[in-house]
Amino acid sequence: MSAVMLPRKVTRKWEKLPGKNTFCCDGRVMMARQKGVFYLTLFLIIGTCALFFAFECPYLAVHLSAAIPVFAVVLFLFVMAMLLRTSFSDPGVLPRALPEEANFIEMEIEAANGNIQAGQRPPPRIRNVQINNQIVKLKYCYTCKIFRPPRASHCSICDNCVDRFDHHCPWVGNCVGKRNYRYFYLFTLSLSLLTIYIFTFDIVHVALRSVDSGFLNCDSGHCLVSLTPYCTVIEVLVCFFTLWSVVGLTGFHTYLISLNQTTNEDIKGSWSGKNRVQNPYSHKNIMKNCCEVLCGPTYPSVLDRRGVMAEDSLSSTPSPPTSDVVATKSNPVTPNTKTTAPLIPNEHTPDEAKPSIAAAAQKTTKEEKVSSPRDSGPKVSPAPIVVKESAH
Amino acid sequence: MVKAVLAAASTLTTQLVPTSRQPLCYCPTSGNGFSTGTDPPPSHGNMATEFHNLQDLRHTASLATKVFIQRDYSEGTVCKFQTKFPAELDSRIERTLFEDTIKTLNNYYAEAEKIGGHSYLEGCLACASAYIIFLCMETRYEKVLKKISTYIQEQNEKIYAPRGLLITDPIERGMRVIEISIFEDRSSSGSSSSGSSTSSSSAR
Repeated sequence: MSAVMLPRKVTRKWEKLPGKNTFCCDGRVMMARQKGVFYLTLFLIIGTCALFFAFECPYLAVHLSAAIPVFAVVLFLFVMAMLLRTSFSDPGVLPRALPEEANFIEMEIEAANGNIQAGQRPPPRIRNVQINNQIVKLKYCYTCKIFRPPRASHCSICDNCVDRFDHHCPWVGNCVGKRNYRYFYLFTLSLSLLTIYIFTFDIVHVALRSVDSGFLNCDSGHCLVSLTPYCTVIEVLVCFFTLWSVVGLTGFHTYLISLNQTTNEDIKGSWSGKNRVQNPYSHKNIMKNCCEVLCGPTYPSVLDRRGVMAEDSLSSTPSPPTSDVVATKSNPVTPNTKTTAPLIPNEHTPDEAKPSIAAAAQKTTKEEKVSSPRDSGPKVSPAPIVVKESAH
Repeated sequence: MVKAVLAAASTLTTQLVPTSRQPLCYCPTSGNGFSTGTDPPPSHGNMATEFHNLQDLRHTASLATKVFIQRDYSEGTVCKFQTKFPAELDSRIERTLFEDTIKTLNNYYAEAEKIGGHSYLEGCLACASAYIIFLCMETRYEKVLKKISTYIQEQNEKIYAPRGLLITDPIERGMRVIEISIFEDRSSSGSSSSGSSTSSSSAR
């Protein structure tokens, strides 16, 4: 150790995390990579509310009640708080298995499969567990090298396994999972209320003005006042189109909550149909289901973002290491590479994993991206949700 | 596999630390005053390699293998670990001690995830404040996690380290597994019993 201690920048774990998330504020904020639609959401909400506060509220506060803008402000702040909380928090990402754990699971699978003749495909990696007297299949995630817990799913946009995965929402720029589902629901609910509120009072405003001074009366001496009808029209248009989608979405999620289902399960039809398993997580009571989802415990984040990387693991390899210390020692890697657990090929092995079995070579994320187009592309639909799951 | 694990043994000691801010050596503390009900039994001369405390573990031991206790999903998605006794620990620790540790951990997690009056109150209060209250207040789950961390540290000091084992807090493994590291004594002199071979741990 040198006598002079140079100030060294501390490397936090978020800088070396695999997956396609972006982090801000030194790891405190976690979002997906594509944030364009999120900025649009922010712009629409803030823009519409700004117009409402600037043009409608003064008139309404004077002619009707001062409580109207006050309530609007409270509602607006609540909507923003819920949006930011949904967008910035960890949805419940499951960290990838470290090499020892991955090897342990591989050996268990090997032992369970027994002897496979050469040329024969090994069986798919599924673990059956019994939950509340129903058999649930746990699938193996080749990216994260774990058997996914029940209700977890792998988001291919963020390249993470997320616990109680609901869907990836581009409007909030993040996945919706166990940890932020209630914030997402409250966001859609409060946004519906805000939209209805602004829409209603826009109509009331127009009605009052037309009673007072004739509809769309432009007085040349009062330029600001003449702008008001145009702003009202913009607000009404935005609210009208938002209403249908957001209120519809709130209704859909209320339905899901009452049944204790996720969007992912609903779309895949996991619990519907005669031959399928009934939902083992539902309490069969609407109130209990709602209480569990909305008033349940606040789960902690199991993804360590703010922890400090150990100095040894940084200096031991030339390239920036991940938390897989063993992998970095044996292979020169780029930051986003997978671990080198020996994979047993099977029909579900993604294409990029097959060569690595023979060569035990590291695959870069570039190759991973090449194989991912086989997943369906992002859907732009009236319902603003994108359910992304890799076909593992 | 064992070779790969042993190759990382020198850096692994830094991985043993539950949080990166804690010092590497666990100084035996008097604990929080809560009792777990299990008193450490007298160490047996014929048990596998003896270690006197976690400091000895770090200095004289090398990692032999790791055992992973998986989650038990029979009651749903609540956090619960299997109490099945792994074969690798057969010669290292008594079954009852191990099961007690796992059952106590399961009880802690059940307490953290209990849905009842307290969680409703916390949820409603937080919602009314737009969840800003969580910036100042610690949630119930976080409080229980701290208790768990202290409990694991205590168990390591009293029971597991003297037997050459180390439990890693599940929160560091995504609450998926309880990782138990099995150590072998590097030095051949000093211990009263011979080190157990790694054959039992690698035979699967």
